[in-house]
Amino acid sequence: MSNVLAIAQKELKAYFASPIAYTVLGFFALTYGYFFYALLLYFDRQSMQAAGFGGAPPVNVNEQLIRPVFLNATVIFLFVLPLVTMRTYSEEKRSGTIELLLTSPLTDLQIILGKFFGAMGLYASMLGLTLVHVGVLFLFGNPEWKPVATTYLGLLLMGGCFISVGLFISSLTKNQIVAGMVTFAVFLMLWVINWIASFTGPTTQAVLNYLSITDHLDDFTKGILDTKHLVYYLSFITFGLFLTARSVDTERWRG
Amino acid sequence: MIEVQHLSKRYGAFTAVDDVSFRVERGEILGFLGPNGAGKTTTMRVLTGYMPPTGGKALVAGYDVQEQPVEAKRRTGYLPETPPLYPDMSVRDYLLFCARIKGVPRGERKARVATAMEKTRVADMAARHCGKLSKGYKQRVGLAQALLHNPDVLILDEPTAGLDPKQIIETRQLIKQLAGDHTIILSTHILPEVSQTCQRVVIINRGKVVAVDTPDNLTARLRGSEKMYLQVDALGADAGARLASVPGVTRVTASEAHGPVAAFEVESEQGRDVRRELAAAVVGSGWGLLELRPLRISLEDVFLQLTTQEPTQAAAPAEGTDE
Repeated sequence: MSNVLAIAQKELKAYFASPIAYTVLGFFALTYGYFFYALLLYFDRQSMQAAGFGGAPPVNVNEQLIRPVFLNATVIFLFVLPLVTMRTYSEEKRSGTIELLLTSPLTDLQIILGKFFGAMGLYASMLGLTLVHVGVLFLFGNPEWKPVATTYLGLLLMGGCFISVGLFISSLTKNQIVAGMVTFAVFLMLWVINWIASFTGPTTQAVLNYLSITDHLDDFTKGILDTKHLVYYLSFITFGLFLTARSVDTERWRG
Repeated sequence: MIEVQHLSKRYGAFTAVDDVSFRVERGEILGFLGPNGAGKTTTMRVLTGYMPPTGGKALVAGYDVQEQPVEAKRRTGYLPETPPLYPDMSVRDYLLFCARIKGVPRGERKARVATAMEKTRVADMAARHCGKLSKGYKQRVGLAQALLHNPDVLILDEPTAGLDPKQIIETRQLIKQLAGDHTIILSTHILPEVSQTCQRVVIINRGKVVAVDTPDNLTARLRGSEKMYLQVDALGADAGARLASVPGVTRVTASEAHGPVAAFEVESEQGRDVRRELAAAVVGSGWGLLELRPLRISLEDVFLQLTTQEPTQAAAPAEGTDE
């Protein structure tokens, strides 16, 4: 465990010692801020209209603002997370530092978990930035905190899936750009895989819908904790890390 | 301390290491010598647990690098060909991180890092980012990293590459000092380095071990006959014939002549020192003996002979007398 922590801290420090963390966090804050502002304006108009009609049901901050903001923000993660994970293994392979890790008394799993939690740390700090906006809503409104909490849990798990796949892809190549591009394409496919669902048979439709990584986030944003989604996300993460472990092992044989 | 048994490593159809076996005793420095692509780095990578062998096995400090990799790695310090540095970390942070992943207890890390930095003379660069170091410093920080956890076995892949002459001497001295407590394998392409630092040499070529011996034995083994270089001021007389008549001399070759001064290479029967007889013959003839020295076969010759396909070529009679 202490070894996992050592690697995770090293990874996180590496993000913050280079411009990566600042660029990622800064531009995430910028785009996310714009998303939030746009949806806030829209929400504002909706609530004005609702008030104007008198008898209309009152607007719900959770349902009509927080939820759409986060569902839209997942697009930003789709773009940003490949940039976070593409260097994890590729860079170590290119610079030769992978030799240090693989010849130190560490197991492959410790290294992989360390890198996973390191990237999760940066992702969590991105999510941390969004707390500011949510905080503002709590200050001036009265949203429910429980759906907000499940949303964050869902986002963490969804990011975990992306990061585990990103780690795997990064472990396949020395080239960061290749890793980044492939990761982005795979993320996108996992995202839109259910677009064709309605044109297929019922079984395929169910499978495609189940595979879509963002579909499982929906219930979390509604405040629903369904084991089905927890199992999906956790098994997805495990599978991604397992693939990474196989890839690192294969790499050793090939040299 | 290190035992390599019938080790092989194949990459697809290419065999990088082919049935290599050798042993290194505790406290010994073993030199690993071979042309580029001979399989030195591959063997070292197997020993450090970086990659598994295709066949055979390797024991480090009694632990099989395949069966108990973590135990073996805990006792191994490794300096790869390119020092594995993180460019964005300062030297001190980097070494602290290395100490941590090598299992140095928290309380001892700072002291160990300080000692390693002092030994490898990088303390003045402690706050500098690794990426901004010169090649020599990078190499030495890499060496410091290998020493941190005080390992039983040190595996150094070309430890003096990229250093300036002064640093090379310092590093060699450091390696020699380390030999008492550590067992060391070092690879190099610099031949004098092997004869200066190593007690034993493994010469490897095309993945196969071609010789394992001490540097002295290797040179002696190759010397089929004793050779002398002789400079004589014979005042115009035929000194060659006189020298050839000395008992024990098998062959005399005239190598150069400047006016009355002639130089010869004299070969004698193996194990027979004819220097006194040669000197007596020259002086007895009333000539001037200007120079008389044994011609040594250097490790270069041994190396070339063992690693080239046509061994006779490299050992062929004298490629001229240098200087």
